[in-house]
Amino acid sequence: MSVFLPEPGTRRTSRNLWGLVVAAAFAWLVGYVVNGRVWDWLVFDVVGLDPESRLGEAVHFFVYDTTKILLLLSGIIFIVTVLRSFVTIERTRALLGGRREGLGNVAAAGLGVVTPFCSCSAVPAFIGFVAAGVPLGITLSFLIASPMVNEVAVILILGMFGWKVAVLYVVFGLLVAIVAGYVLGRLRLERWVEPFVFETKLRGDVIEPSTDMPWEDRFAFGWQEVKTIVGKIWPYLLVGIGLGAAIHGWAPEDLFASWAGAGNPLAVPIAVLVGIPLYSSAAGVIPLVQALADKGVALGTVLAFMMAVVALSVPEMILLRRVLKPKLLATFVGVVGVGILTVGYLFNVVI
Amino acid sequence: MKIEVLGTGCKNCNALEAATSRALQELGMDVAIEKVTDYGEIVAYGVMSTPALAIDGEVKTTGRVPSVRELTDILTGATA
Repeated sequence: MSVFLPEPGTRRTSRNLWGLVVAAAFAWLVGYVVNGRVWDWLVFDVVGLDPESRLGEAVHFFVYDTTKILLLLSGIIFIVTVLRSFVTIERTRALLGGRREGLGNVAAAGLGVVTPFCSCSAVPAFIGFVAAGVPLGITLSFLIASPMVNEVAVILILGMFGWKVAVLYVVFGLLVAIVAGYVLGRLRLERWVEPFVFETKLRGDVIEPSTDMPWEDRFAFGWQEVKTIVGKIWPYLLVGIGLGAAIHGWAPEDLFASWAGAGNPLAVPIAVLVGIPLYSSAAGVIPLVQALADKGVALGTVLAFMMAVVALSVPEMILLRRVLKPKLLATFVGVVGVGILTVGYLFNVVI
Repeated sequence: MKIEVLGTGCKNCNALEAATSRALQELGMDVAIEKVTDYGEIVAYGVMSTPALAIDGEVKTTGRVPSVRELTDILTGATA
């Protein structure tokens, strides 16, 4: 897929560029469609493993899932990044300034999904929002939605559990962000924000960067992002899928059903507590989680676990501690945690 | 000329600093790159997504690491 990155100094005309993007999209589609058949043939016919054997099943699961997830990741990250190059956090802030609570929380959660944002920018974004007059609860709705409904998590869920679960995850993720932000806003916790945030003065104009980028720069940016994200998460992905493959092949069908099935009320809180410290390995945790779900862990428990992994992470808490006093940070974790717990229980009851 | 990299030491901030110094090298310019790591100061520039590049106090890019070629364009534009 590296073909469509223009080399420095030899920029292609835009028609060539679009041709390359279309060709890459076609190659991607072919790859996705033949993935299963190619591995069937290689693993079972060429290597000669028995499709009924545990080893055969585990090896096939590993290579097939790895290929599928890498394809989904690179395709969707590319598209999302190109689309996001039209949105900037500065524009989002302008849209949210002066909004009332309630609808403002809905807007913030929605914008949290589409605004390009890295958790390493959580602190400058928080200060920038609050200093520009965006209410605290609305700012927090944004900060919860952004990592929770993040493209890597959604793609992995789509690949592992299908589109229905992915849609439910997005809807419930947004709901948690909206409600938790609204509740935190109503609690009037401004006194627990570090005072320097309110003292920060914005000088000069608000910068509207990179909105007039030419298409080739947007594509180059998209490809860059694919390389960065896949380059960062592939080791976790391989370990996660490997563990998943082992569980898939060797663990008995109902291994977890007895203690982590829908019948055990403690399963959801335990899943959330285990999920909070896991963070950088979100990409590796989800393939593992699919194997757990296969072996009887209830889906609500699985979703709560995933939400805790992506939305409440220790590294992000440490960053946010710079702007939030410990009491507010604890309240934040508590309210979001309760939201995630509710989603988990709700799912287990409904499904 | 004053070149500042705004960011709090994340991976991309270091990548931006490295790319900028490569661009400077290609242009044969000998200018020190200053790092701005204080949150209050970064936000005061109007920047909310790091890393960002500011030349003579004017923010040129935010939230991404431009290619070395784009950076040389930006740097020559700033000196012209």
